[in-house]
Amino acid sequence: MTRRLSLAPWTYGFIVALAMWAATTAYSGFGSAGATLSGALAFGAFSVLVGTGQMFVVASGPGNIDLSVPSVLTLAAYLSMTVMQGSDGMLLPGLAAALAVGTVAGAANFLAIVALRLPPIIATLAWSFVFQSLAYNLGGQATLKPPAGLSRFTAMSLGGVQLMPVAVMVLTLVAMVALKRTVWGRQLLATGQSEPAARLAGIGVGRVRLAAYMLCGTTAALAGFLLAGFSGGAALNMGDAYLMESIAVVVLGGTSVAGGQANAVGIWGAALFFNLMATMLNTFGIQAGVRFLLTGALIILIVALVPRPRVR
Amino acid sequence: MSDAAARVPARFSSQARPALLNVLQVGLPAIALLVMLAIIFSIRPAAMSYFGVHLLFKLSVPLVFAALAQMMVIMLGDIDLSNGAFVGLITCVTALYLSDAPAFAVLCYLVLVAAYAGFGLLIHSRQLPSIIVTLGMSFIWLGMAVILLPAPGGSAPAWLAAFMSWQPPLMPLSIWLALLAALAGHLVISRSSYGAVLRGAGGNPRAVERAGWSVIGIRVAVYAAAGVLACLAGLTLTGLTTSGDANVAPAYTLLGVGAVILGGGSFTGGVVSPVGTVIGALTLSLAGSLLSFLQVPPTWQIGAQGVILFLVLAGRVLLSERTR
Repeated sequence: MTRRLSLAPWTYGFIVALAMWAATTAYSGFGSAGATLSGALAFGAFSVLVGTGQMFVVASGPGNIDLSVPSVLTLAAYLSMTVMQGSDGMLLPGLAAALAVGTVAGAANFLAIVALRLPPIIATLAWSFVFQSLAYNLGGQATLKPPAGLSRFTAMSLGGVQLMPVAVMVLTLVAMVALKRTVWGRQLLATGQSEPAARLAGIGVGRVRLAAYMLCGTTAALAGFLLAGFSGGAALNMGDAYLMESIAVVVLGGTSVAGGQANAVGIWGAALFFNLMATMLNTFGIQAGVRFLLTGALIILIVALVPRPRVR
Repeated sequence: MSDAAARVPARFSSQARPALLNVLQVGLPAIALLVMLAIIFSIRPAAMSYFGVHLLFKLSVPLVFAALAQMMVIMLGDIDLSNGAFVGLITCVTALYLSDAPAFAVLCYLVLVAAYAGFGLLIHSRQLPSIIVTLGMSFIWLGMAVILLPAPGGSAPAWLAAFMSWQPPLMPLSIWLALLAALAGHLVISRSSYGAVLRGAGGNPRAVERAGWSVIGIRVAVYAAAGVLACLAGLTLTGLTTSGDANVAPAYTLLGVGAVILGGGSFTGGVVSPVGTVIGALTLSLAGSLLSFLQVPPTWQIGAQGVILFLVLAGRVLLSERTR
C-alpha cells in the first residue's frame, strides 16, 4: 500500500486537539488559552492513565479488552478512601490498598479468561458486575471524602506546571520504553501478533498476558485513587465515563485492535482531543445532544480517514 | 434439502462440532433457566401461574430482540457497542412521533435502519474495527436521542401499550414472542441455505466470496437486519415503559453480548445460535427476579448477576471437555 500521507496515524489526535484548542482560544479570547490547556491536561491525565493500561491489554492479542476498568477504578477509590478515612498520615496505606485492588482485579480477570476459556469481553464484564457490587457495599450512596493531602497533590503545580499531568507523561514515556526496549514489551507485542508463533518462540504467553491485565487493573486503580482526590471524593458513577473513553483513546491513539501493535504517546493525543472538544463545545454553548453527536462523528471520521498499516 | 444446506460447515475447521455438543450448548442456558424458575416457584408457588410468569418475563421482550440484533453482528465476527443507545433512540422516536405522525415515525425508522446498514458498509469497505466504529455510532445515537428528547417523556401510542399488556391465550405474550423470535431465527439462520451463507460470511468470508456471494452485500444486509431487530426492541420497550428515554437501555449492549455468548455463540464469527440467544436473554432477565426472590440485598444483586454469568459459562466449559 502506498503511503499517501507521511504523517503517522497517532499524530491525528494531536492535530485535531490543537485545532480545537485554537478554536476555543479564538472564541473566548487569548487570555483563556492557558486555563483551557491546563484543564484539558489535568482531565486528560486520567484518560491517559486508564488508556495506557487498556493499551497493554488490547495489544496482547485480538479480542483482548478490559471492560472492568470503570468498576476497578471505582472500587479502588472506595477502598482507599475507606482505608485513609480522610487522614493524611494514611496516604501510603491508601495508595497501597488501591494498587492491591488493581493487581488482584487484573489477575482475577485473566484467571477467568484462562480457566473458564471465556472471551475477555465476557469475563471482564462479569467481574465488573462483582467489583461494582463490592463498591456499593463499601460506600453505599455516600461520597467518601479524600484526605486534604491527596487533593492538594492532584492539584499541585510547580512554577505554573501541573505536577500530575507531568507525572502521567513520565509514565507514558516509561510505557513507551517498556514496549520498545524491554523483553516483556517485545514479548507482549509478539504475543499480540501471533500467539502460536510466540509460543513456539518459547514465550510464556500466559504470563505475558497476565502481566498486561494486572497492569491494566493497576492503572485503573491508580486513576481511581487520584481521581477521588482530584474531584473531591469517591462516587459510585465516577468510573462510568472511562469505559468507552479508555477504548476510544487507545484505538484513536494508533494502537491496533487486532493486537500486536501499540502506541503509548498517541493516547495523549486522543485524550487531549476528547477533553478539548468537550471544552470547546461547552464554550460555544452547544447542548449536550449535539456534543455527543459530534463526538461520535469525529471518532468514526478519524478512524475511517487515518491510514493504517496493514498487518494482514 | 434444507438439511443438506444446514450441513454446510459454518466454521471451516478440521473437525466438525459434534451434534451433541451443539445441543448441550443450547441446552445449558435452558437448564439454568429451568433451575431458576424452579427456585422461584418453590419460594413463591403463586408465581407458577399465567400472571406470575407474565410478570417474571414481561421485561425480557425488548432484551430478546436486542440480543438477536447483537447476534446478527456477532455472527459476522463483529461486535455492536451501539445497540443499547440505538434502542434508546428508537424509544424517543416512538414516544414522540408514532401516535401523532405515524408516517413520519416510520420514515425515521427506515432512515435509521439505512444508517445502520451504511455503517456496516463503512466498516466493510474501509476494513475498520467494528468495535470502535460502533462505539462512535453509540455516541451518535445517544446525541440524536438527547436532541429529540432532552428529558424522558413523550408517550407511547395507545395500541402499542395495549399490545404489550395484551394477554393472549395459553401463554403470556412475552413467552409467545420469545418462541416466535427463536423459531424465526432458527429457520432463517440455522436451517435455511441463506443462513448457512450468512454464517459462512462470518466464519470464512473468503470462501463465501469465492463461492460467488457478495460479502459486502451480506454485511450491509446483516447490519440492516440488526437495525430492524433493535427497532423492534425499542418499540416493545416503549410499549412497556410508555415513554421515551435516551438513557433507558445502555445495559442492553453488554447484556445482549452476554446472551449471545451464553447461547453458544462465539466472537470468532460464524458460530451463533438464535434459539440459544433467546434463551440466554431470558436467563439474564430472569436472573434479576431470581435474586430479589432469594432476598439478595440490592447492593449485592449486580455482583450476583456476574456470578450467575460465570456459573453458567463455567458449566459450558465443563460440558465441552466431557464431550470432546
